[in-house]
Amino acid sequence: MNHSISLTVNGARRDFVLDDPRVTLLDLLRERLHLTGTKKGCDRGQCGACTILVDGKRINSCLALAISHDGADILTIEGLARGDQLHPVQAAFIAHDGFQCGFCTPGQIMSAIGMIREGQAGNDPERVRECMSGNLCRCGAYVGIVDAVLEAQGQMDETNQRRSA
Amino acid sequence: MSELNLTSAPAHLRHGSNIGQPLTRRDGILKVTGQASYAADNHPPGMLFAVMAVSSIARGRVVSLDVAAAKRHPGVIDVMTPDHKPELAIDPDLKTNPFVFRMEVLQSNDIRYANQAIAVVIAETLEAATEGAAQLAPRYEVQPALVGLDAGESFVPPVVGVGNPTESHRGDVEAGLAAADKQIDATYETPPQYHNAMEPHAIVARWEGDKLFLDTPSQAMVMARARVAELFGLAPEKIHIRSPFLGGGFGSKGFLTGPQILGVMAAKLVGRPVKLVLRREQMYGPVGHRAPTRQRLRLGADGEGRLTALDHHARTVSSTFDDFYEPAADASHTLYAAPAIRTSHDAVRVNTGTPLFMRAPGEATGSIALESAIDEMAWACGMDPLAFRLKNYAEVEPMTGRPFSSKALRACYEQGAARFGWAKRPLQPRQMRDDAGLLVGWGMGTATFPALMFQAEARAAIRRDGSGVMEIGAHDMGQGAWTALAQIAADSVGLDIDRLDFRSGTSDLPDAGIAGGSAHTATAGAAIHSAGAAVIGKLADLATSDERSPLFGAGNAGVIARDGRLIRRDDESRSESYAEILARAGVAEVEARGTGAPNPAAMEQYAMHAHGAVFAEVKVDPELGQVRLTRMIGAFAAGRIVNPRMVQSQLFGGMIWGMSFALHEAAITDRRSGRIMNANLGEYHIPVNADVPPLDVITVEEHDPHVNALGIKGVGEIGITGSAGAVANAVWHATGVRVRDFPIRIEELLT
Amino acid sequence: MKPFDYVRPATVTEAVAAAAQPGAVYLAAGTNLLDLMKGGISRPDRLVDVTRLDGLDQIETLADGSLRIGALVRNADLAHDAEFARSYPAVAEALLSGASAQLRNAATVGGNLLQRTRCAYFYDTASRCNKQAPGSGCDARDGDNRSHAVLGWSESCIATHPSDFCVPLVALDAIVEIEGRGGRREVALDELHRLPGDAPERESVLEPGDLIVAVRLPPAARGFAAHARYLKVRERTSYAFAVVSAAAALRIENGRIAQARLALGGVAAKPWRARAAEDVLKGVAPTADAFQEAARRALESAKPSGDNAFKIELARRIVVRALTLAAAGTPVRIPALPASPFASTSGAVHV
Repeated sequence: MNHSISLTVNGARRDFVLDDPRVTLLDLLRERLHLTGTKKGCDRGQCGACTILVDGKRINSCLALAISHDGADILTIEGLARGDQLHPVQAAFIAHDGFQCGFCTPGQIMSAIGMIREGQAGNDPERVRECMSGNLCRCGAYVGIVDAVLEAQGQMDETNQRRSA
Repeated sequence: MSELNLTSAPAHLRHGSNIGQPLTRRDGILKVTGQASYAADNHPPGMLFAVMAVSSIARGRVVSLDVAAAKRHPGVIDVMTPDHKPELAIDPDLKTNPFVFRMEVLQSNDIRYANQAIAVVIAETLEAATEGAAQLAPRYEVQPALVGLDAGESFVPPVVGVGNPTESHRGDVEAGLAAADKQIDATYETPPQYHNAMEPHAIVARWEGDKLFLDTPSQAMVMARARVAELFGLAPEKIHIRSPFLGGGFGSKGFLTGPQILGVMAAKLVGRPVKLVLRREQMYGPVGHRAPTRQRLRLGADGEGRLTALDHHARTVSSTFDDFYEPAADASHTLYAAPAIRTSHDAVRVNTGTPLFMRAPGEATGSIALESAIDEMAWACGMDPLAFRLKNYAEVEPMTGRPFSSKALRACYEQGAARFGWAKRPLQPRQMRDDAGLLVGWGMGTATFPALMFQAEARAAIRRDGSGVMEIGAHDMGQGAWTALAQIAADSVGLDIDRLDFRSGTSDLPDAGIAGGSAHTATAGAAIHSAGAAVIGKLADLATSDERSPLFGAGNAGVIARDGRLIRRDDESRSESYAEILARAGVAEVEARGTGAPNPAAMEQYAMHAHGAVFAEVKVDPELGQVRLTRMIGAFAAGRIVNPRMVQSQLFGGMIWGMSFALHEAAITDRRSGRIMNANLGEYHIPVNADVPPLDVITVEEHDPHVNALGIKGVGEIGITGSAGAVANAVWHATGVRVRDFPIRIEELLT
Repeated sequence: MKPFDYVRPATVTEAVAAAAQPGAVYLAAGTNLLDLMKGGISRPDRLVDVTRLDGLDQIETLADGSLRIGALVRNADLAHDAEFARSYPAVAEALLSGASAQLRNAATVGGNLLQRTRCAYFYDTASRCNKQAPGSGCDARDGDNRSHAVLGWSESCIATHPSDFCVPLVALDAIVEIEGRGGRREVALDELHRLPGDAPERESVLEPGDLIVAVRLPPAARGFAAHARYLKVRERTSYAFAVVSAAAALRIENGRIAQARLALGGVAAKPWRARAAEDVLKGVAPTADAFQEAARRALESAKPSGDNAFKIELARRIVVRALTLAAAGTPVRIPALPASPFASTSGAVHV
């Protein structure tokens, strides 16, 4: 049975017919829309490599059925930069060497953006570590990740303050 | 794949040479924008999805598969089984060279280990292939699985590691033990561990006639190409492998594995491109792992705290069908100056995928046992663990008596201890608490890893516009080859890195050898360095033999290359740009090749190792037994540091692996079925962000004139050694409980 | 996974009818269900997607002072609801100690209650498991079972319930509202999950089609806000299931415990309410001796089901600690490391 669904992906509305209800958001993005920046590390919600924002919140796209998310607004790693202008979190990851192999990086960055929006960690490194613990990094880039997230969050706070001033 | 757009961002400042600069990763933008393409990101037109069905038994044979049921599933195109598969040109069990390991690619119905491939289902969609594989409902003839370090009769393997003697000795160990004032006789166990790179092994295979195009992660592309060539009866030039980025390797992508070959076979079978990606649980079997060990250490020390003997025996396992023996005891060859040392190994065979190289194979397992035993002996002697290590400092390599090519370990001890505040450590355990009442412990370990070199080639060119090209089929698995090797390359041709086109990551480029053994930067770097020197030499020939050049008559050795110019060494006012030299000569470009290889004479003469000292602080809940690492400082001397930023990251990573070895990682094998019961990332614990405190790395300056032309020793693996023992020793110091079975579990600490 | 029909009912009544069919299961976030389906442990024929049902995502205070939490409220939304965290701090702390931020953003209240065990032999479809195939046997019984149950287990099954959320909920007498073919009914959370006995495949008292629509905390549950903690021993600092956990809540009046609530996690097939321990605490001063006695009572009937005797001692100790922390008072803010033994680390070391 075919199901028509529509999603907003990185700002663009996409309508399509889903021929199989088993397709997860992750596999939809990677194998059908060829947005391969989002990675599959475990496919079981245990590594965080597939983290995307759905309606502004970070989730594991491997454990989300696409069909159940009809109408959702999705942001992936491909939707962050504006041309050559990197998102502050992206730039901070480079500056702080918050990755090595890079495979977990899209998930880390999307998770960091989700975390900053959640606003629970503040500038407490311990809270950042806890709030970023859903993203495994086998290379062990955690020190740089925490530094990058804190710096980017500070920059984003400043930008927001300037905007509201 | 489109051309990679590599850049160092933000724009770097230059201060002299490229080597030594903490450039940000040149692949950074690609990686943070999701544009870096890993094998499974490829989608050639017409591609199908292949999914492996794997064995749930560890030993026996497959009696039947319901292929019809799988084929009935909508979207399933074909099912590859031992009865229905393309034939290979040679038996994959044939050991055509020592670096060929046996693989399971549906050659029979026999089962050697759980998670072995028993069929491959090929379908239009991933969902169909996955369910098709589930429909096969295999029936088995089961034989009792061989499991664990006592699985059967032990034997002494002919060699351990890569050709190391199984037994080594110097001096009379028994006499040394008998004469000792203090003795330690302790047995340590380490579990099977799995690499678990975040990127599962994947391949996208596409045949075009007799040509084969592969996207697959590889730490050794040319070796992988040779393996594919022999298995499919192809000339190597017909095979093109792209591996621009690996999502981590740690040794598991050093050799082409069975599943990757199955992807190629599947593509051949159906005549269409095929993608095969391992599911996470399928990585616990066919792609290597770190073998478990049981290590007995016997140490003797005299009344002054000097070692009189060191006996290190390691029991390990290999598979029932191939040979790899974790050389754990060899860790005792290099570090401590005992007058009598013996190391030995034995092994049993179990129903497991063949254990292979995993980050510091032998060194990591051996180090945690040795460093624990040293700590136990220091305590027995009533000595501070650092003082004990200094007392037994090896001025020459203890096992061989050879001098070290360089060894700045003393400086590592000093600088690490100073920054950590080690001098304040109470000798007795269970003396420190924090404000919240948690037990605090400080431990240390010595790190060491050999400075290895393999073989590599590179090609360099200088183009008409004065820019440079360096080509080498190197591998970036996160260590930063795209950046560090480009830095070496830029210096080798006297150009800023932005003026150099660094080409890498495909199998048609000159062979960069293996990205393993912590030797890639040294080996590939040496090849690059020599290619660069050769091409500059050619350029210099053009200039110095041309009367119209300001460099005429300077002679080949009389010029230096800097900032895109050749400059007369004895008169820097006389120089000429590369572009001018080539323009006048009417040449489009000059090119040259170079090689990197070990220097046998130097290896004969010197012991070559990187060293380090790691200091760790843990906190332990006194009643509940939960442990947390709260500080770790590593001081490492590893020769020349090409890119300090990336070196620090690699050392951090290694230190985290060491902590993980001591506190977290273990595959749990059911002793009846031989199946791994935590073949996932939920219960096979690797550290999460909250497990990792701020870390600190000191790189101690070290100039080594012998290891290679660039003086590079490598940092990929040393971080795990020393660190694992430091954490384990810190747990003892916090609690007074000596745990010898790793990882350290809560129940051991519920005193 | 097996092909399935996907239906998205418009009303609860339609949902119940659709899910009452054999082979049908409810889909909410799917964080547990999809994991089970991918592993082949669950192979439903029909998914009844309840995520669009109206009115199940509200947190509301009822006239009598009860709090009613809709079954579709996301774990993170509940934990971060300021009023909720103030009134039921141990529940919020438990929620935040479970899984990861990503999973908490998706997972629902109803789904959390019904998550399946993490027993490796249950997850391993090649193992014998009485939950999977009643009567087939239990491979965990003689297998690797250091993390298995020490309370309420049977020879048929030694699995544990993995939820953190349920532990303080059961301590606070939470009530589960269920819509079924016979209409609406409610059961105490303590009665929702069944101990294995000789039918471990029946994990709850739910009947086919039954849909959890809400969880209710009775008015008295607010009375513990000043002295309520959840504590969880783990093998990683975060993102790990409990080896053992405990929720402790006290009402202290004039220096004495007017009422105590205590429950344990990771020890049984259900969140384990320790009423005998609560009884000994009633009316006594919150002292170490009293807590020790409570711990002894809480684990009185415990016995190892394998290589897990340590869990009994660990459970005793975590009871004492959780009660001690609760007596000390609920922290103003949930600690950086929720429910962790390292939550209150200041960093200062006394050498």
